[in-house]
Amino acid sequence: MPDKIRISLTVNGVGHDVLVEPRMLLVDFLRDELQLTGTHAGCEQGVCGACTVLLDGETTRSCLLFAAQLDGSSVRTVESLARPDGSLHPIQRAFTENHGLQCGFCTPGMLMAACELLEHTPLPEPEDVKDALSGNLCRCTGYQNIVRSVCAAGRVLATAENGSHPASETAETTGASA
Amino acid sequence: MKPAAFAYLAPSSVEEAVDRLAEHGPDARVLAGGQSLVRLMNTRLATPSVVVDVNRIPDLDHIGADNGTVHVGAIARQRSCELAPLVRSRVPLFAEACSQVAHVSVRKRGTVVGSVAFADPCAELPAALLALDGQVVARSRAGERVIDADDFFVGPFENSLAPDEFAVELRIPVTAVERTGSAFVEVSRRHGDLPMCGASTVVQLDEDGAVANARIALCGVGQRPMRARDTEDLLLGQRPADELLAQAAELTAAATDPIGDCHASAAFRRHLARVLTRRSLQTAVARARKEDTDA
Repeated sequence: MPDKIRISLTVNGVGHDVLVEPRMLLVDFLRDELQLTGTHAGCEQGVCGACTVLLDGETTRSCLLFAAQLDGSSVRTVESLARPDGSLHPIQRAFTENHGLQCGFCTPGMLMAACELLEHTPLPEPEDVKDALSGNLCRCTGYQNIVRSVCAAGRVLATAENGSHPASETAETTGASA
Repeated sequence: MKPAAFAYLAPSSVEEAVDRLAEHGPDARVLAGGQSLVRLMNTRLATPSVVVDVNRIPDLDHIGADNGTVHVGAIARQRSCELAPLVRSRVPLFAEACSQVAHVSVRKRGTVVGSVAFADPCAELPAALLALDGQVVARSRAGERVIDADDFFVGPFENSLAPDEFAVELRIPVTAVERTGSAFVEVSRRHGDLPMCGASTVVQLDEDGAVANARIALCGVGQRPMRARDTEDLLLGQRPADELLAQAAELTAAATDPIGDCHASAAFRRHLARVLTRRSLQTAVARARKEDTDA
């Protein structure tokens, strides 16, 4: 068996100094070693986007990276979204209020891709959302409501940044934009 | 499925990387963006016993230009090339091709050199490099070898690198600005999929509006990206009227040798070759005449 590799990385703000087998994928490291099972392993070949995480702030597929490559890196997973008290992040709340998930398998990847989009494009048009999330597959085909959820989350986050409280309803009321 | 066991090496210089490749030969694979290699390893279509991760090598992500040539380093990402003002202004065809590779999150990790070296006959970047008369710079212990794109692509997923060679850079001649236009167009089943067929075209017009130079390459229509040299010859010195472009498209389609598979039949790919050749020529000519408002 080849030598294990020592890596030091940050996951959701927590430092880890660990030995990993070279062939261990980041998605398996997160799920099996750190018990962060929010990140889902779908196709395991970079097609479905369910395993999307933020690596040094950028979306990437955690099934196409080896943990051994990540010495010195910072990873954010879906577990970083909710507050420690369990209250949902505005993006998560927007998904629940706009029926942005059915079986939920693709949701962690959708949420992380939405996170990145909203960071760069605070008030996205439905077309922006479709482009940003085009690499994430939903086998329930609930795309309309996913797009609606992300647009709604953008409005809530933008309002929150302007000083109001983000806890208000995020449900899409116009319904026509998606 | 999970990858088979391998030894992980992360050299910190190009010299060290080529030493590792020399030691391990065909058992070793270079890991750059990993968007193709890791997928193959996960499904065990590739089972290298040594993986040489080149992402830790400093300055290998360069995108620069000198003496009329654009240089792209081995770990420059597709997304960086797509957005780099230098690439967009000096080799716009290449930036346009990069923008059509997979999805943004794949392009942020996937490298330009890696996609070229992977030599997928359907992929965008090998065809774009071929149309642009680009070159691949390979390094080994023996030194440096510069390979023309036409000699680099051998067959499906097969390039002319030796097992101990490391593709460190692409060199792409800067596209002329005067009366020159280019276009990369493709058709895929779903947004972000590999195209069933794609066409990359550069056209330069002379002062009278006739074709002074045309370069056309296609993907998805054979064992490797195809340069349509007969079509280029046909266009030379002619005014690019609709009738000529239709004739060029016909000639290009006839030269293709597509394979039918689950994505598209051979006949459909040939049809696409005709449509996309004409479309890319029309757009390139319009851009050369500065008629294209999207350019």
